[in-house]
Amino acid sequence: MLPLTMRRENCTPIVEMLQITKRFPGVVANDSVSFCARRGELHALVGENGAGKSTLMNILYGLHRPDSGEIRIAGEPVEITNPGVAISLGIGMVHQHFMLVRAFTGVENIILGDEPSRLGLTNYRRARNEIQEICQQFQLVVDLDSPVGNLSVSAQQKVEILKALYRGVRILILDEPTSVLAPQEVESLFAMLRKLTSQGTCVILISHKLPEVMAYSDRITVLRLGRSIATIETSKASVEEITNLMVGSSSEMPAQPSQPVVTRQRHVLLSVRELCVRGKNRGVGPLSFDLHEGEILGIAGVDGNGQRELVEALVGLRKASGSCLLASCELLCLDTRHRLDTGIAYIPEDRFDAMIPNRPILDNAILGLQRAKPFSKHGILDCKSAHNHAHVIINELGIRSTGPSMIAGHLSGGNQQKLVLGRALSVNPKLLIACQPTRGLDTHGVQDIHRRILAARERGTGVLLVSYDLDELLALCDRILVMFKGKIAGIVSRGEATRETIGALMLGAKV
Amino acid sequence: MSLVYTLLSLVVAFALAAVIIAVSGENPWQSFQAMFMGAFGDLAAFGETIVKATPLAISGLAVALGLRTGLFNIGVEGQLLVGAIAAAWCGYAISTPAFLHIPLCLTAGFVAGGFWGLLPGLLKAKRGVHEVITTIMMNYVALHLTHYMVLNPMKDAHTMAPQTPAIHTTAQLPQIAGIGNIHAGVLVGVLLAVVFAVFISRTVVGYEMRIVGLSSNAARSAGINVSKMLLLAMLLSGGFAGIGGAVEVMGVHHKFYDQFSPGYGFDSIAVALLGGATAMGTGLSAILFGALRNGAVTMQLVTDTPKEIVTIIQAIVIVFAGAKFLRGRQSQKWDS
Repeated sequence: MLPLTMRRENCTPIVEMLQITKRFPGVVANDSVSFCARRGELHALVGENGAGKSTLMNILYGLHRPDSGEIRIAGEPVEITNPGVAISLGIGMVHQHFMLVRAFTGVENIILGDEPSRLGLTNYRRARNEIQEICQQFQLVVDLDSPVGNLSVSAQQKVEILKALYRGVRILILDEPTSVLAPQEVESLFAMLRKLTSQGTCVILISHKLPEVMAYSDRITVLRLGRSIATIETSKASVEEITNLMVGSSSEMPAQPSQPVVTRQRHVLLSVRELCVRGKNRGVGPLSFDLHEGEILGIAGVDGNGQRELVEALVGLRKASGSCLLASCELLCLDTRHRLDTGIAYIPEDRFDAMIPNRPILDNAILGLQRAKPFSKHGILDCKSAHNHAHVIINELGIRSTGPSMIAGHLSGGNQQKLVLGRALSVNPKLLIACQPTRGLDTHGVQDIHRRILAARERGTGVLLVSYDLDELLALCDRILVMFKGKIAGIVSRGEATRETIGALMLGAKV
Repeated sequence: MSLVYTLLSLVVAFALAAVIIAVSGENPWQSFQAMFMGAFGDLAAFGETIVKATPLAISGLAVALGLRTGLFNIGVEGQLLVGAIAAAWCGYAISTPAFLHIPLCLTAGFVAGGFWGLLPGLLKAKRGVHEVITTIMMNYVALHLTHYMVLNPMKDAHTMAPQTPAIHTTAQLPQIAGIGNIHAGVLVGVLLAVVFAVFISRTVVGYEMRIVGLSSNAARSAGINVSKMLLLAMLLSGGFAGIGGAVEVMGVHHKFYDQFSPGYGFDSIAVALLGGATAMGTGLSAILFGALRNGAVTMQLVTDTPKEIVTIIQAIVIVFAGAKFLRGRQSQKWDS
């Protein structure tokens, strides 16, 4: 009898998510995704930004409800309506942004919502002892008695993990746990996760850092564009194979309008020399590169390698040293407004940094242009011009709306993005700086935005395109600049750019 | 929707007040009737209501201007005090014809109040210090500074009372004949409301301030100088409050005395919140608060209901307005 039960235990995956579909307005985040994980394994879930990894795990944790599909835990079909249900099923999740009360101590945070009590009073001593036991079991060293706000990020992460362990977690989901850690801390985190899996816990790791996934996981499931592409044993896979699965082969990509590569030499539009920026974690630079008129220069790199710092320095949202000449005008001594006046249009990564969701399209159509003619004269706004301008943007980009007075936040995500792009292009900029302009859009929306950017390039606009989507960069860019650890790892022109060369540079390989 | 909510909050406030009046053995209907007659019963009563509403309206606009830029200026009380004492000084220390004297005193109020607002504005724009903290602190500084001034350098030598000498007649805002005690300050209030409405909705700077108030990130990306807008908003907000104080000195008391404001600056926060931080709304809710203050006195004379019942009504209205304001802020955050 016993061996049979044990075999059953081993064979039935602890987590089965079958044919999960989840739609958000304008986006299919998960398109009948299936995912299985076993007891005692470290299962990595990889994919590019927007591939649907976090959505899938949020569904498992009860933060989202799937539109269709089935979830089984240890073979039993379950309805996970909220995180409370997930916790009672033994599912724990450590989010990228920690959910801790900063003024509470480690112990207080860990027991929050599950306090052992006696006669209505919280029994801290018992709680502390239990937590200490767990710490010893997994050799976790963490200060339990200081306010967690005073702890280091890695210690806070330990508190988050302890929170899950204290609730008797069988399935532990970690969303990009290493993005906040230093390399040595990464090692000790995985050593700890190994102990967990050896005791039968299933650890699911959301990541887009392939090296650590390859080094520490047992199996890998790849998601792309909301679909599950494959699940493979890590020992039988190579980085190249996974990369290809993540980004997809070009034949599967929606066809892009193919454009002739810039052949004749054009004028240099933007000349960046020795640009140094102070970054959050490390300094960025020195960076030197040129951007020509009518050229699309892609900025590739894994998220957090200095792309944001570069862009914000160019736009004037971040202090920088060095030199940035736009048509022989030094940008670094101008403030943001005057830089925009010299002919820069800027599309930030987060579209809510470029629009006011609870104001009408009208107000959003002139945001950043309010001081320019004809939108104002002698400091007085011209509502009629703003109205006309909103109309032009709506018609030109085919924004589905009820008109200029519609609240911008009521537009779908794709249409909001079109509004931001339409406004940026409406000034006929010399330089367009676009960060992730197609983030979160469906295929149709993506193609539409791509067409607009290519059309702007035809008119001679220089485009700096920051994207984490390699296919987007390969399809659109004349040259691709790859950033790694705040420096330029290489600049590859269209002819030479392949997924492999760019991918290798993104991971820090030397050319 | 917003109007319905506002009216609903008033109905609830009066209903609860009625219950309290009834429980304490008085007749709520008679009390409210007396209150209404005291506030709007005849021309004199109406005039007094408007007189009480005027400083509330002007300093309410000051709060509203801050709110539209995303600033919670709780320092209106202090800005109003320094504006009032500055106007009083100009009123008694300078001799000049009325057509110069009145604008001069109003300007003095604006400058002093604006300066009082500018200091927290500077701290906010340059160092990110939260304006709620600093403006509250500045309230105390203003209170004690004006207290010192009327006890020492600016004290009227002819009386024991801690007050400044009376301002010259050339600095007094004239009464508007026939309508109770209404003085020309109400015209100043109406003018400021119009200026506020045009400024915030039609000018480029007003637009930029609103954008800063709605999303400072979007403002920065659009090339708007956020620090400058915050400074300007605090300067103007403080200036408006200062004019509110000046008008009260020039139109009603004709001098500045210690403990001059019966909490105009704090009531004005409720006035602005209830009015949805618009010019029209702020004006109307100032009239409501003025009517409550004025009617309460009559109510206490005619019936045995104490005038403090009005404080309860105001408090309930403030709870409603505050809840909506906070909720609005939160949903805005959630949107993005």
